Amino acid sequence: MLTTISPMHFVVLSAALFAIGLFGAITKKNAITVLICIELMLSAVNINLVAFNMFVTPEAFIGQIFAIFVITVAAAEIGVGLAIMLTIYRNKLSVDLDDFDWMKW
Amino acid sequence: MVSLSAAAFWLLALTILGAALLVVMSKNIVHSVLWLIVVFLGIAGVFLMLGAKFLAAIQILVYAGAVCIMVVFGVMLTQREDMSKSNIFNKRMLTAAPVVGLLLVVSGTLAFKSVDKAPVNGGSVPTNTVEAIGELLLSKYVVPFEVAAILLLVALIGAVFLSMEVKPDADND
Amino acid sequence: MVEFAMNHTWLVPLLPALSFLIIIFFTRPWPRLSSTVSIAFMLSSFAVATLAAYGVFTDAQFKHEPLVYAIRWFGMEGLNIDVGVLLGPSSAMMIFMVTLVASLIQIYSTGYMKGDPGYSVFFSYLSLFAASMLGLIISSNLLQLFVFWELVGLCSYLLIGFYTHKNSAREAAKKAFITTRIGDFGMLLGMLAIQIIFGTLNLYELGQIMPNFEDYTTAGMMTLIAVLLFIGPIGKSGQFPLHVWLPDAMEGPTPVSALIHAATMVVAGVYLVGRTMFLFVEVESAMYLIAVVGAFTAFFAATIAVTQREIKRILAYSTVSQLGYMMLALGVGSLTASFFHLWTHAFFKALMFLGAGSVLHALHHKADVWDMGGLIKKMPITGWTFVIGGLAIAGIPPFAGFWSKDEILLATFNEGHYLLFTLGAVTAFLTAFYIWRMIFLTFFGEEKPDNHPHESPLSMTIPLIVLAVMATVGGLIGTPMNPHWQEWIFFGESHHIVPNIPIMLVSIALAAAGIGLAYVLYIKDRNKANVKDLAIRFKPVYTLLYNKYYMDEMYLWFNHKVVDGSARMTHLFDIYVVDGIVNGLGAVTKGTGGILRYTQNGKIQSYALVFFLAVLVITILLAFNDTTSMALVLGGVSK
Repeated sequence: MLTTISPMHFVVLSAALFAIGLFGAITKKNAITVLICIELMLSAVNINLVAFNMFVTPEAFIGQIFAIFVITVAAAEIGVGLAIMLTIYRNKLSVDLDDFDWMKW
Repeated sequence: MVSLSAAAFWLLALTILGAALLVVMSKNIVHSVLWLIVVFLGIAGVFLMLGAKFLAAIQILVYAGAVCIMVVFGVMLTQREDMSKSNIFNKRMLTAAPVVGLLLVVSGTLAFKSVDKAPVNGGSVPTNTVEAIGELLLSKYVVPFEVAAILLLVALIGAVFLSMEVKPDADND
Repeated sequence: MVEFAMNHTWLVPLLPALSFLIIIFFTRPWPRLSSTVSIAFMLSSFAVATLAAYGVFTDAQFKHEPLVYAIRWFGMEGLNIDVGVLLGPSSAMMIFMVTLVASLIQIYSTGYMKGDPGYSVFFSYLSLFAASMLGLIISSNLLQLFVFWELVGLCSYLLIGFYTHKNSAREAAKKAFITTRIGDFGMLLGMLAIQIIFGTLNLYELGQIMPNFEDYTTAGMMTLIAVLLFIGPIGKSGQFPLHVWLPDAMEGPTPVSALIHAATMVVAGVYLVGRTMFLFVEVESAMYLIAVVGAFTAFFAATIAVTQREIKRILAYSTVSQLGYMMLALGVGSLTASFFHLWTHAFFKALMFLGAGSVLHALHHKADVWDMGGLIKKMPITGWTFVIGGLAIAGIPPFAGFWSKDEILLATFNEGHYLLFTLGAVTAFLTAFYIWRMIFLTFFGEEKPDNHPHESPLSMTIPLIVLAVMATVGGLIGTPMNPHWQEWIFFGESHHIVPNIPIMLVSIALAAAGIGLAYVLYIKDRNKANVKDLAIRFKPVYTLLYNKYYMDEMYLWFNHKVVDGSARMTHLFDIYVVDGIVNGLGAVTKGTGGILRYTQNGKIQSYALVFFLAVLVITILLAFNDTTSMALVLGGVSK
C-alpha cells in the first residue's frame, strides 16, 4: 500500500483536498478565501479526473479533456467571482460573508 | 521505478495537503494565496506523475499563474485593514468540522471498498499528449471547446462590466 | 273565476308578500298609502281565498282527495323537494279564516296604530306575516312548510319586539324566538328522520304511504319521529312546558297579539299536527302524549289565568288553554273537533284581543283589570262585542265556542279518556270563570273616576262587529243539527257524532256556574271582600298561581344553575383543552419556527453546509444500504 500506487491513492488524496477546501469554504469569513477554497475543491476534482484518465481510458483522453474544461470554467468563475466581490466591496465596504445575509429573500 | 513513483506520490500528497491546510488555516490572506500556489504546483506534479504533461503545464500557467495573481489583485482591491487578521474563521467551525470529517470518512470508505473493483488497464498514457489533446479538442470536442471559448468571453465581459466603477454623479437611471 | 282561484291558490300568500315588498321598498315614507296598499292586497288575497274555499266546499270530490299541484324546487339523488299547493278542506278553511281575520285586523290597526312612528313598517310586517302564514297553510311539502314555519316565527319576533324602545318588548321577542327555536329543532329532526326513512317530504305522498309504514321502518322509529315532530307544535302552539313565551309575547301591539298570538300563528302547531295526522294515528303512544299535553296545558293555563291581573295576560293564558283544547282533540283523534275549535277560537279570541286593544287604547294602556270598571257605558260597542266573545269562549249556546268545545269534550268522552274529559270539563268551568271575572271587572261594576274612556273610532269597531258576528254564528255550521263541518273536515272517515245531551248539559252547566261564580264574587260583592279573603286564606295557592307556577323562575334557575354551570365547565374545557391545543399548536409552530429560522439565516455558507450534509446523507443512504445502489454512487466505476 505504501509502495504501490493504485487509483485509490489518488482518490483519497483528492477526497482529502476536497474536504479541506470544503472546510475552508464553509468556515472562512473572507469571501476571497472562500473563492480560493472553491479553487481547491475544483483542483481536487481535477486530480480525480486525470487519475482515472490514466488508469481507465489512457488512449481516449476523456479525463484530461474534462479537466481542461474544468480549469476553463474555474478561471471564468474566479474572474466573475472576484468582480462580484469587488462590486459588493464597493457598495458595502466589506467582504466579510457574515455581514451578508441576503440569501433569504 | 515503482517505489520511486510511490515516494514521489507521498511527497506530493503531503505537500498538497499540508499546503492546502495552511491555505485554510493561515490568518493572513496573502499567505493563503502563497500557499495556494504551492498547492497548485503540487497538483501539477501529480498531473505529471499521471502522464498529463499538457495539463501540468496548463495547471501552472492558469492556476499558479493567472488565478493566483488575480486573487492577489482581488485581495489588494478589497482589503484595507490589518492584513494579519484578514482571513479568520467564522462561528461555523464546530458544525462544519463534523460534516467535513464525515465527508472524508464516507469518501475514504467508498474508495477502500471499491479498491478491488477499480479497473486498471494499462496505466500508460501516450507521451505526446499535446498533439493528441489538440486533435481531440478540434475534432471530437470542438463544440464544447467553442462553448468554453464563449464562456470565457462572457466571463471576461461580465467581469469587466461588474467591476466597472459607477460614478455616483453619473446619470445611471 | 272559482277555477282560476283554485288553480292559482299560490296567489293567496303571494299578494301579501308583494305588499310587504312594496311597502318596504316604495311606500314606506307615506303611512296612509302603506296601510292602504297592505289592506288592498290583503283584501284581494281574501277574495282569492274565498273563491278557492268556495270551489273546494262545493265539490264533493275534495272531501277525500285534496287538490295538489307543485313545481320542483330542487332535486338530487334521493332528495326531491317540491314547492306547491295542497288545497283540501282544512287548508281552504284555514286560508279563508286567516285572510278574513288578517284583513279585519289590518283594518283595525289603521285605527289602533294611528300616529305610531313605525306605522308603515308595522303594516309591512303584518303583510309579511300573512304571507308566511298562508304559505304555511297551503304547503304541499314539509320542507316548504318548515320554511314558512320559520318565517312566521321571524314575523312573530319582529312584531313582539315592535316597540324596540321597550326593554321588556325586546326581551319578550328574544324569549319567543328562542323558545320556539327549541321546538323547531325537534321538528327539524323529525323531518330529517322522515326524509331519511320515507324518502319524501311530500305531505300527500306521505299520507299515502304512512298506513303501511312497516315496509319502511319500525314502530319504535315511528314513535320517535312522531314525538320529535310534536316538539315543534309544543313550541309554536305554546303547549306546556314551552308555553312561557306566549304570555310575554303580549308585549307586542295588541293587533299583533290578536292576529299572531291568538288567531293564526299559534294554531300553526295544531295545524301541523292535523296535517301530519296520518303519522300520529299510527303511533298510539304519541297520540296519548298529545292528548295529555293538550289537556294538561288547557287546565294548567286556565288556573294561571284565574289570578292574572293584566287584561292581555289573561287572554294570553286563555289562548294557551284553548290551544291545549285543540291539542287534546287531536290527541283523541278528532281532527274535526280540533279544527272546529281552531276556527271558532280564531274569531272569538281575535275579537277579545281587539276588544282588549280597544280598551287599552281608551285607557292609555292601563292594563290592570282592577283599575277598570263600568267601561260598558262609555264603550258600548267594544263592551258588548267583548261580552259576545266572553259568551263564546265560555261555551254558552248558541255562540260559536259552545259547539266546538262541546265537540272536543264529546270526542274525549267517546274515546274513553275519562280523566282527560274531567280535566277538560274543569277547564271549561275555569275558562268561564276567569273570562267573566275579567269582563265583570273591566266593563261592569263601578266606574273608576280616574278613567276617561271613550269609544274607539269606526276603523276599530267595525272589525269588532264583524268578528262578533262570526263568533256568534261561526259555530252554526257544525252543530249536531247541521253537521256541515263534520262532513268536510275530518281525518280518515267522517263521523257524525251523535249528540250526547247529558254532556252538552254538563258543559252548559259548568259554563253557567263559572259565569255565576264570577258574578257572585265580582259584581254582587261590591267590595270584593270575599275575593280578597280567599286570596289571603289560600295565600300559597294564590301566590303560586299568580306567579304562573314559577315556570319562568324555574327556567331561569335551570339556565343559571344548570346551563351556566355546564357552560362554565365547558368554558374551562375550552380554555384549557381546546385553547390549550390551539395555543399549544401555535406555540409549537412558533417554537419550531424560532429554531428553524436559524437555518434560513441568509448566509450562503450555512446553506452550503446544509447542502453538503444532505448530499452526504443521501450518499450514505444509497451507498451503504445495498451494494447495487453503490454502483450508482460510484458512477459506474464498479462492474
